This record gives sequence, structure tokens and C-alpha cells, in this order.
Amino acid sequence: MITMLKRLAKCVKGYTRQTVLTPVFITLEVIIECIIPFITAQLVNTIERDQDMDTIFKFGFILIALAFGSLICGALSGHFCATATAGFARNLRRDLYYKVQDFSFANIDKFSTPSLVTRLTTDFTNVQQAFMMIIRIAVRAPLMLIFSLTMAFVMSGSLAFIYVGIVPLLAFGLFTIVHKVLPIFRRVFRKYDDLNESVQENVEGIRVVKSFVREDFETQKFKKASDEVMRGFRSAEKILALNNPLMQIAFNSGMLLVSLFATQLIVSTGGEALALGNGNYSMLIVYGVQMLSSMMMLSMIFTMVTMSVESAERITEVLNEKSTLTDPSSPVYQVPDGSIDFDDVSFKYSAAAEKNALSDITLHIRAGETIGIIGGTGSSKTSLVQLIPRLYDATEGTVKVGGIDVRDYDIETLRNEVSMVLQKNVLFSGTIKENLRWGDPNATDEELVRICKLACADEFIEGLPDGYDTYIERGGTNVSGGQKQRLCIARALLKKPKILILDDSTSAVDTKTDAMIRRAFREEIPGTTKLIIAQRISSVEDADRIIVMEGGRINAIGTHAQLLASNEIYREVYESQNRTGGDADEA
Amino acid sequence: MKRENAAQMQKPPKARKGTLLRIFKFITKYYKAYLIIVFICLAVSAVVNSVSSIFMNRFITYIEDSLAIYATDGKDAAMAALMPKVTKTIIVLACIYLTGLICNFTYTRLMTYVTQGTLKNIRDTMFSNMQKLPIKYFDTHPHGDIMSYYTNDTETLRQLIAESIPSLISSGLIVLVLLGIMMYYSIWLMLIVLAGAAVMILVTKFIGGRSARFFVKQQKSLASAEGYVEEMMNGQKVVKVFCHEEACKRDFDKINEQLFRDTREAHRFANILMPILGNIGNILYVLVVFVGGALIVSGNVQNLSLSGAAFGVAIVVPFINMTRQFSMNVNQASQHVNSIAMAMAGASRIFTLMDEEPEADNGYVKLVNAKYDENGNITECPERTGKWAWKHPHSADGSVTYTPLEGDVRMFDVDFGYVPEKTVLHDITLYAEPGQKVAFVGATGAGKTTITNLINRFYDIADGKIRYDGININKIKKADLRRSLGMVLQDTNLFTGTVMENIRYGKLDATDEEVYAAAKLANAHDFITRLPDGYNTMLKGNGANLSQGQRQLLSIARAAVANPPVMILDEATSSIDTRTEALVQRGMDSLMKGRTVFVIAHRLSTVRNSDVIMVLEHGRIIERGPHDKLIAERGKYYQLYTGAFELE
Repeated sequence: MITMLKRLAKCVKGYTRQTVLTPVFITLEVIIECIIPFITAQLVNTIERDQDMDTIFKFGFILIALAFGSLICGALSGHFCATATAGFARNLRRDLYYKVQDFSFANIDKFSTPSLVTRLTTDFTNVQQAFMMIIRIAVRAPLMLIFSLTMAFVMSGSLAFIYVGIVPLLAFGLFTIVHKVLPIFRRVFRKYDDLNESVQENVEGIRVVKSFVREDFETQKFKKASDEVMRGFRSAEKILALNNPLMQIAFNSGMLLVSLFATQLIVSTGGEALALGNGNYSMLIVYGVQMLSSMMMLSMIFTMVTMSVESAERITEVLNEKSTLTDPSSPVYQVPDGSIDFDDVSFKYSAAAEKNALSDITLHIRAGETIGIIGGTGSSKTSLVQLIPRLYDATEGTVKVGGIDVRDYDIETLRNEVSMVLQKNVLFSGTIKENLRWGDPNATDEELVRICKLACADEFIEGLPDGYDTYIERGGTNVSGGQKQRLCIARALLKKPKILILDDSTSAVDTKTDAMIRRAFREEIPGTTKLIIAQRISSVEDADRIIVMEGGRINAIGTHAQLLASNEIYREVYESQNRTGGDADEA
Repeated sequence: MKRENAAQMQKPPKARKGTLLRIFKFITKYYKAYLIIVFICLAVSAVVNSVSSIFMNRFITYIEDSLAIYATDGKDAAMAALMPKVTKTIIVLACIYLTGLICNFTYTRLMTYVTQGTLKNIRDTMFSNMQKLPIKYFDTHPHGDIMSYYTNDTETLRQLIAESIPSLISSGLIVLVLLGIMMYYSIWLMLIVLAGAAVMILVTKFIGGRSARFFVKQQKSLASAEGYVEEMMNGQKVVKVFCHEEACKRDFDKINEQLFRDTREAHRFANILMPILGNIGNILYVLVVFVGGALIVSGNVQNLSLSGAAFGVAIVVPFINMTRQFSMNVNQASQHVNSIAMAMAGASRIFTLMDEEPEADNGYVKLVNAKYDENGNITECPERTGKWAWKHPHSADGSVTYTPLEGDVRMFDVDFGYVPEKTVLHDITLYAEPGQKVAFVGATGAGKTTITNLINRFYDIADGKIRYDGININKIKKADLRRSLGMVLQDTNLFTGTVMENIRYGKLDATDEEVYAAAKLANAHDFITRLPDGYNTMLKGNGANLSQGQRQLLSIARAAVANPPVMILDEATSSIDTRTEALVQRGMDSLMKGRTVFVIAHRLSTVRNSDVIMVLEHGRIIERGPHDKLIAERGKYYQLYTGAFELE
């Protein structure tokens, strides 16, 4: 909790002045606000007693001056609060985002993408709200309570004890309500999240819904969940609905008690207790209102802040996460060549994992070789290649690129030379050009066209209405799977890497185009080491060597012909894909 | 190909006229009686709130009277005269307060019903309308935008209904009652208060208007920041692979800066509005005191009031108390400017979704359970027979014909384009007889998926004819048409729920045995039984705890349990590794038996045993025929199949 607050407090940086000045001006404003009724009381008393215009003007002008003072303090505190809140939010959001940029793949896996999104959006908003509440109201309410009570004593002496009695009773009532409501809210908000998730599911899976004609079914399901959410919120709000009457009871009974005692006091002293004139009397009520509404505000922010604690914890978790990849002390900035060596490499995704994803991998790939990788789901093909650009660190053994341990390289140097097309690849909203230039920000338009021709993407790009300036929607929804894959390959090729890894990157590309891309690789970038993970034998059969993966181990390495002759797994896959056999495939 | 939705996103949603009216309609739809009670309670509360200040006045009179007695008859007499009056007034006041209390409790409590009920109503209407929208809507609107209708925009409505509206009504009523009482005391002084109120309203319009504008702006930049974060988080691994972190930070900084500015402005204006209005209230108060005091002192200005009372302490003192209450209420009402502006923007977005044109369906041919008598005649029957027929009423002569459901699909000269200007399918003609397997082969974007989108009428053809069992598919009710078609898509979508529920999605009344059978058919049974809770394993986040292959197996099982006569398999096995695919393939082969099947696959090996293979290029069928024939023709298919093609 303390470390959490400390971490979050860091985000105030740059806005310390505003963050401090906000409560300062709020304090001034509260003080003035508490003096105003006192002066007002004098004014009213004057009107009642002697109607002396000079005194009336004197108090009147004091009041106007105070009003301006309070206005200025209030406006300034509002101004500083706005800047401090927005600034705190900016810093925190930036810290979070920057932090995630430093995450390794393992860090991202640990949190999972949807959870990171929630932490950066919903959780973040909650913390921002809480911050604003704290610097404004958490300062204002208690001060108001204390000053109002003090002024009540100053003005009317013992009568103020009535409030000393009422405030704790009200506090008790309000916090009992909060205590009852909080757990309900927590539960309902979880249900509410589920409800929204089900909307998301429906939007994503609308084709399934419609093709099974489940619109009504889904609507009924939704209505049921929506009904539960409604009931949940209702039961919480029903309890909260007690807040208002409770406040009124406190306020009204305070007023009645004051009236009762004040009249008696005044009359029994024969008007001697004239300090308790009508002005004092009505202003005592004003102080009462101020005290009680402060209590109300306190209970409100208590609820809000309590509910945002969980969010704050989730955010701090991200901020305090340490990247699992450490930078070398004297990094190497030059990758000599595209050779790859695995020496006795074993790998687990996390220390807690029971099973190794990779075991005893020893493998040597020469620069410029084309390597095919084949294996069933879960055979750790992807895990194998991810170690090369150091997306993960090997648990045991060493992975070398160009004869140097990948952990000794400057990470950017390494990743620029080892270009990888991920299995789950994405394009970003922006034009095709902008997306391609991720690979090389300085690439000329001619260069882009040349590379796209290599990746067999040029033809379809030219067919689009805006060509290379075509806007890609968020998530690349306006290009087909195969087109997306080719764009991703082009993007990776633009890096002109020494090593190119394709992780099942042509699965949605038809066989013909797939073959054309491979031919382009062979002819245009012969010096680049190429690793191709594929499901189709046809995608790897012309590779220099093919690795067959099975259960996280290398089952066999060899050429197509060798494996066909000697490896059972390979043969089985081959036969399943060429069931009738005897085609030109083998040629 | 920047789609129209990108342009739509840029356009700020205008709070159209009538939005407020529509919100009111939603609120009043089911809760008229509640709302009437709420209004009455609010009115009573307002009166109670204002009237109590009059009673305060009574005490002052009592004190004055008693002090007079004190001066002549002494303390005891004064106290004796005072006590009964005070006690009586306090009892009356207590009763008044109690009434106010009951009203207050009643309306807050009722409002929780109204608010949550209305929100549920809006959510449900949105959702059920959304379900009726055509696929095109989902293809052309960013899903994040649709989601925010349910989250952010609904939240702005909650604030409006639960907080702003009652508070505005209550403040408004109190202000009215106060004005009435003020008139009773002194019209001159009331005019001063009114002038003050006018100033407050002007200030609200100026500062509050600005604040509201920035709040709406802030909401927009918040949406764009959250959209950016979501997009980048989803692509974070790509960012890492391309060492693009620094560039992303720069982009993010820009968006963050904008959000910072809008947030600061929005809150700045909102924050200063309160002290400004509050202190205008204070100044107004002093003004009333000055004028009131001056009037009392000078004594030569005739008071104008409903009560006809002359100026004096008894008028001015309660009046200045009311002034205070008056400005407090105006101030309170003005605090809702922002939430009203945001709710208007949110509501107009929600209403846009509700107003979207639903998927049109003019079909009247229905799918019914059928029984065959000994002569082969079909009769309709209510119970499930396992046999189906199309019930085709003819409006011309009022007769009804029944056609057995067989799964015969034919297309004649079909043209189609997603947008009218651009035809993507040309002259597609094809025949799929019951039980036949038709495969579509061709380059990405050749139009394979588009054809299947037309068969189930996700999109409607521009020209040509499609016949299902000889019936024009436009005449078939969409729901019945789709029920007769099974679909397995490349992107699997599973729903939150158990494995069992997910498979049963294909046929809601399927028995457990039917589900097991379907899972076995799809070769999914083995892996399901190995899951921690077997068929009762909960799936969340689109089956995040399963591999892609396993998800695909479930979606095949889901289609299998539906048992339709026609199946569309779009790349159904592309993300399964070849060895698993062999398993799936066996399941699919048995699934395909006796059905008309449309298959799209990149792996030619999976389509080789089709009855007909259609080779598509640029939206046209360029070759057709069984595998052997196409190979013998040595055309495009042969080239594709052998990989011995010529570069174009």
C-alpha cells in the first residue's frame, strides 16, 4: 500500500506546485467560507437591532471583499486542481505506456494483452478520478468540518455541542451504509464487466450468431444478464438511497434542537444572550449544513477511493514490473553474419512452468541457409525461433547469432538483423506505406514497390483504389488474411536483415503465391539466412535443410528426400497432404 | 480503400434535436406511475425545503414577544408564555420535516428503479436491435466504437437520469416556490434576486458552456487515446520485433498531450464555475441586505408585495435567508451542464445505433417439419421428424406447396459487389446437387468467401438468381435459410460458457448424447475429455485456454450437432497442423457424407476429392470440373496444383 502510493506519487512530478497549491487555496477558500456566515450574522443582527446604515455598509463591504477573496481562492484552486489532475494523469499514463514498451515478451505474456488494455484504460480512469477527489475534496471536507464547528462555537458557544453530538452519529450511519454497499458494488461491477464482454463476443462472432440463427437466443441471454446487472445495481442503490434521508434527519433534528435551545436561552437570559441574535441563529444552521454535507462528501470519497484501490494496485503492478531481459553492460553493435548456433538449449516460458518448452537443442545453421521447420501443434516450433531475436531468453545453454551470444548484443541491433514475421501478426491503422515503413523509416517509394514485389504484395496493392496510400483499418480488417500476411512479410523484408524468420506466415496465402514468394527469396536475397515454419510440406521441401520438431525436441534434420526416406513423422505429414500421391509435387 | 466508417468516426456526433425528448420517452416508457410519484415527492420536498425558512421566522416573533413579557412580568412568565408556542411549532416543523423525509426517501428509492430499469431497457433495445443489423454493419464499423455505446455512452446516460434530471427538477421547483414566497414578502427585493439569477445564468452559459464543450472534446480524445492503447497493446509483440518502441512513444505522447489539454480545460472551467457562482450568490446576498436595510431605514418607499406588509425586519431577514437558498439552488443546477452535454452526445450515438436499418427479410417460404405418407406426399407436422420441407404459400391462388429440403443450390449469372461501384463477382453460375462437394480454389481475394456470403444471404446479390431446392432464396425466410446451412469459418468464435454449451449452440435442444456424438464426429471428444472439467470446462475470452486447433475442432462439432443438409467450410482446417488436420479431415469426411458441401481451402489436397472444383480468378470462374478433369486440362488448376506456373 505504501509502496503503491509512493509509486503513484511520483507521477505528480512537474505538477508538484499545482498539487500543493490546490489544497493551500482550498484551505484559504474554506477559511473565508467559514468567516462569511459569521460576518453575515453580524450584518443580520445589525439590521434587526438598530438598522445603522454605516454598520450595515461596513459589514456589507467586508462581505463583498470576502466573497471576492473566496472567489479568487476558489477559482485558483480549481485551476490548479485541473492542471494537477490532468498533469498527474498525463504522467501516469505515459509512465504506464512507456513501461509496457520496455516489457519483454515474457512480461507481456504474464499480464496478457486484454489485461494490459484494462489496466491502461478502465483502471487508469478510476485512479485519475480518485486523485482528483483526494486533492480537492479529501482536503476540503475535513477542513470544512473543523472550521465550521470552530466557528459555531465562536458564534454561539454551548449550542454548538448539538453538532458535536450529531456529526458522529451521522458518520456512523453513513459509514455503515458504505460498508454494506461496497461489497455489492464490487460484485455488480464484475457482472457488468461480464455483460460488456458478452457484447464484445457477439460483435466479434456475429457471423456465427447469424449463421446459426441465434439472434433471439443471444438477445434473451443478454437480457437475462442485463437484468441481473440491473438488480445488482438496484440493490446497491437502494441502500445508498438511505443516505439522503439520513442526512436530512441529521440536519433537521439539528435545526430543531438549535431552535429549541436557542429560543429558551435567549428568553431565559432576558435577551442578555444577545450574541445569539437572529443572525447568529440562522448562521448556526448554515454551519450545520456545511458540517453535515462535509460528512456526506467524506463518505462519498471514501467509497470512491476504496473502489479505486484495486485499480491502483493493478496499475502499480505494471509500473513495478521488471523487464525479464537485461541489457548487456558492453553491448555488441555489429552482427557479423547470419549464422545461428544453439548449444544445449533448454527453455521454459516461466520459472514456474513444469515442462520445458524446448529441451536439449543443439543446432548449427550457416549464414545464407534456408531452413524449413515442420512439426505438430505444441511441438515448440515457435519457441525455437523466438530465441533467435531474443524475444525470450534461453533457460539453459546459449543461442548465438553470428557466433556471438544473443545476450551480448544491443537488443535493437540484434532485432534489426533478425527480422521475424510473427504467427499472430498485426497491421496498424495507417496507410500501407506507413505500415511498410515500420521496417525501414527511410525507405523510398521505389524501394517499397520493389520489396512488395518480392513479397507478392505489389499486385494486390496496385489493385486497391488508393494503391500504396490505402488506409488500413484498425486491426487490418479491410485486407484479407493472405494480403495481411504478405504485407507483414514485406514489412519484415524492408529491414534487410541478415536472418529472416517466417513463423507460419503464409498459411493464408495460396500455394501459388507461396511458391512465388519462396522463389523470390531464393533469387533476390540469397545471402539472408531464412527460417520458415510451415504446415505445408510444399512450403519447406525446397529448403536446404528441414527440421522436424516433436515435443520440444529436434526429431530429425535433413533434406526433403532424406527425411522422406528416413523420418516417419515427416513421411506421415507428407502423405496426408498428398494422399493420392504421384503428382508433379515430387518433381 | 478508406471506408466510410473512418469518415463517420471523425465526425463529432451532433446532439440532434429530439434527443432529449427520446431520452424522456425511454424513461417514461415503463415508469410513468413511478415518475408521477417522484415528481410529486420532489415538489413536496421543494415546498418543505422553502417553507421551513418561514417557520424559522416564527421563532423570532416568539422571542420578541417573550422578551416583551420578560420586561414587564419577569423571567418565569416569559418562559411560561414561550414554551407552549415553541413546542407547538417544533412539533409542526417536525411533522413537516417528516413529510419531506418520506418524500425524499420515496423518490430516491423510486429513482433507483427508474434509472436502472431505463438503463437496462436502453441496453436491451440496443442489443436486440444490434442483433438484427446486417453483417455489413459489423464489417464497416470499428468494433471498439460499438463497444463504447454500451460502456461510456450508457454511463453518461446513467449520470443524466440518476443525478442530473432529479437535481434539476428539484432545484427548479425550489427556485419557483422561493420566488412565490419572495413575491409574498416583497416584489422589489425579488426583482433584485431575479437580476442576480440572470447574471448567474449568463455566467453558467459562458463558463459552463465552455466546460461542456471541452468535456465532450475530452471524451473524444479519451476514446482515441484508449483506442490507440488497445491497438498498440494488441500489436505490442510486433512493436518489439521491429524495435519500434521509441516511435510508439512519440505517437503516444502526441495523443496523450491532446488528452491532457482537453482534460485540463474541461476541468478548469468546471472547477471555477462553482466558486464564481457561489460568490455571485454571496454578493447578491449583500446587495439584498443593502437595499433591504436602506428601505427599512429610509422608510418612505412603499413595499409592493402579495402580503401587503410594509418593509421591516420581519420581511428583510427571512428574505435574505431565501436569497441564500435561491442562489445555492441555481448554483447546484448549473453543475449539471457538463453531464447533460456529455449525455446528449452519448445518447445521440446510442440512438444512431438504434436507428440503423435492420436486416431486411421479405422471405415467406418457411422450413417446417415434414412427414411423408405412403404415396410420397408431404404433410406438415409440429413435432420433430428429422425430415424437413419448404412450405411455400402462393399468394396468387392461396395454395401451399411443400418441397422437401434436399440441399440443392444453384447460382445463375450472379454479379455482386460490396459497394455498388465495384463488382467483385461476375457471372457466377454453379450447380451443387444434393450430396455433392463443391470446392472453391483461387488466389486470395478471388471471391471465394464472397460466394458463400451470398448463399446464406449475409449479403444480397446485385444481379442473377440463386435457387435453393428450386426456390429463389430471396423468398426464403432468412432464419430458415440459415438454419438449413451449416458454417465453419476460419476465425473461430466461441462464447463464454462451458464446452458443452458451446457445442450445443448448433442445436439448442440437443441431448448430451447428441453433443458427445457430434464431438466424436469432429474428433474433438478426445481432447475435451482430457480438459480439467471435461465437457463442463468453462471457456472464456473466445476459448483463450484452448489451442487454435482445438477451437476449430469445437466449431466443427458445433456445426455437426446442427446437422444441416448444406455445409459451408471456409478455410475450416487451415490453422490446424497437418497431423491434427488428418484427424479433423476424417471427422469432416463423415460430416460431409450425404450433404451438399461448399469447401474453401488453400491446401489443394483437402479439396481434391470434391465432385466439382471451381477455380476462381478476379471474381470469375475460370475452370470447373473434378480434379482429374482439371489436371487433364492442364490449365490454371494444374499449374496451381503442381506449382509449375508461369509468372504473370
